[in-house]
Amino acid sequence: MGEIFVIVEHRKGEVREITFQMLYKANELCQKLSHDLIAVLIAGKDEPFLDHIRESADKVIVVEDERLRVFNAELHKEILRELIEKHQPFLTLIAHSAYGMELAPCLSIKSGYPLATDCVDILFEDGHPKVIRQIYSGKLFSKVSLKESEGYLITVREGAFPPDKVGAHKGEVIKHEVPVDLPDSRKQFVAFEDAGAGEVDITQAELLISVGRGIGEEENIAVMKELAALFGGALSCSRPVVDKNWLPKYHQVGTSGKTVKPKVYLAFGISGAFQHVAGITGAGTVIAINKDKRAPIFRVADYGVTDDLFKIVDALKERLAS
Amino acid sequence: MNTIVCVKRVPLTQEVELEIDPRNNDIRRDMLAYVINEWDNYAIEEAILLKEKFGGDVTAITVGSEDDEEVLRRCLAMGADKAIRIDPGEIRLDAFLISRTLAEVIKDLEYDLILTGVQSDDTNNGAVGMMLAEHLGLAHSAIVTGIEPQGNEATLRIELEGGTDEVSKIMLPALLSIQTGINEPRYVSIMGIRKAARKELRVIKVDELSLSPDDLSARTFVEELFLPPETEGAKMIEGDPSKVAEEILRIMKEKGVSV
Repeated sequence: MGEIFVIVEHRKGEVREITFQMLYKANELCQKLSHDLIAVLIAGKDEPFLDHIRESADKVIVVEDERLRVFNAELHKEILRELIEKHQPFLTLIAHSAYGMELAPCLSIKSGYPLATDCVDILFEDGHPKVIRQIYSGKLFSKVSLKESEGYLITVREGAFPPDKVGAHKGEVIKHEVPVDLPDSRKQFVAFEDAGAGEVDITQAELLISVGRGIGEEENIAVMKELAALFGGALSCSRPVVDKNWLPKYHQVGTSGKTVKPKVYLAFGISGAFQHVAGITGAGTVIAINKDKRAPIFRVADYGVTDDLFKIVDALKERLAS
Repeated sequence: MNTIVCVKRVPLTQEVELEIDPRNNDIRRDMLAYVINEWDNYAIEEAILLKEKFGGDVTAITVGSEDDEEVLRRCLAMGADKAIRIDPGEIRLDAFLISRTLAEVIKDLEYDLILTGVQSDDTNNGAVGMMLAEHLGLAHSAIVTGIEPQGNEATLRIELEGGTDEVSKIMLPALLSIQTGINEPRYVSIMGIRKAARKELRVIKVDELSLSPDDLSARTFVEELFLPPETEGAKMIEGDPSKVAEEILRIMKEKGVSV
C-alpha cells in the first residue's frame, strides 16, 4: 500500500489552517487510492497539537528536537529527504506558504521528485497525478502533469480545500529520531515581529473603502481618503499600494496583511489576486469597481461595476452632498 | 558585495484579455507587450542599492531568447555591470530546467549573494530561486523584504503570513528570493538604456554547457490552459455613474451601513 505525506505547518505553538486543508484532500485521495495518510510533524518537544493531528491521519511521524521549534527549511529538508527515501511516499503535500515556498523546491532537487507548486486541485488520470494551477494571477487555469517518478511533491494553495473535519482517525504516533549528522543551519532565527501595527485598525471597521493598483497615482490616495471620511468608513488597500509606499502596511488586506470582516467592502481598482481575496472572505457584501471586466475580483464580489472608478467616486460624493 | 540577479521577461497582462492559443497549452503572445517581471525589478534594484552602499559588482542573468535581452539591457541601465543570457534554443523550459541551467553557469562565477524574484508574474511557480540554491548548495531564504549585510553574514526580514515578519541571520554566500515592496525601483530612461548598450552582455548557448539529457528534461508539463470555470460571480450594476452611485448607496443602506 502506498503512502501520502502531509507536512504539518505550524507557527508559535499553533497548527496553521492550511494543514487541515491538506489533510482533507489527502484523506480524499487516500480513500480513492487505498493509500495510508501519514502526517509528518517536525517540531520542538511536546507541541500541544499532536493529538489534534492524530485525528486526521492514519499515522503521524513525529520528529522532535529543540532546534526544530521554529521552522528552518535547511533542517526540514534534511529530515524530509531521509523520510522520503525510507517511505517513498507517492505524494507529499506541502503548504504553498512562506515556509513551503522555501522548503518544497529545495526538497524537489534533493529527492529528485518532481514538484508542482501552488495547486488548487489534484487529480488522477491513468494512475498519474495531475494538478490544476492558476496562472497569470488567476486569469487562466492550467492542467499540469509531472515527469514519471516514484513520488511527487505538491504545494497546496491556502483555501483551495475545506479543512478536514477532525475525528475520523486516531493515528498511530511514530517517533523518528533526528539524523545524528544533522548539520548546523546557516540561517539562525532571531525573532518574530508584527509588521502590521499602526494607527488604524481595519479589522474592526464596518465599512471599508479599499483601493488597489487601479487608482493609478499616489495623488489619488487623497481623493479616496476623502471618500472614506465622507462615508465614515476606514481606508484599506491591496498589496501594490503598500509596495509603492502610497499607504502604510497596516492598511493592507490579504494573506500578508489583515483579514477583515466589514459589513460592506468597496473595492476600487483592485484586480482580486487570491492573496487579496483571502483577506475578505469574512466580508458581508463586496462591491467591486474595476474597468477590466475580466478582473478576478468580479468572481468573488457580490456586486460589480465596470467603469472608471473616479467617475463612480465623483458620483458618490455628489449623491452624498445632495 | 558581488551580486548575481536572475531576471525574466514576462508579458504584461494586467487589464489585458488573454487568449488561449490553438494548441491549448500557451497563451497567444503576438499582441502582448513585455516587461521585466515585477519581483525581479525589485531584486535588481536591491542588488544595485547594495552595490552603492558596499561596492562590488552586479551581474544580471536570464534564460531566454534574443528578445529577452531587452530586460538585461534595462538592468544594465539601472546600474548592473554585466549581463549574461543563456540561450536555451528550442528546449521547452520549466522551473527545474531554468534553475539547472542557471546553476551550471553561475557555479563558475564569484558572488556573495544571488537574488531572484519570489515568483514570476506569468507562471506564478515561485520555484526557480530555491531550486537554484539547492543545485548550488547555498544557504537560502524566501520572501525577503529586508537585507542588512554585516561582514560574512546578513540580517534578513522575511515576510510570513498574517502581518508577521521573521527576522533571521544568514551566512553568506546565500540565495534570497525578493518580495515586492522591499525598495522603490528606480526609473529607467530610453537614454539610459542606450548608454548601457556599451556594457558587457555575454550569450551562452545551452549546448555549450555540460548538461546531461536528464538535466535537460523538464519535470512539469502544461497539458492545457482553460478559462476559469464559470461562477455565479458579481451581479453587475449597470447605468451611468449617478445611477450606479445611487444603487451602491442603496445596497450599503440595505446591508446596515448608513452614511
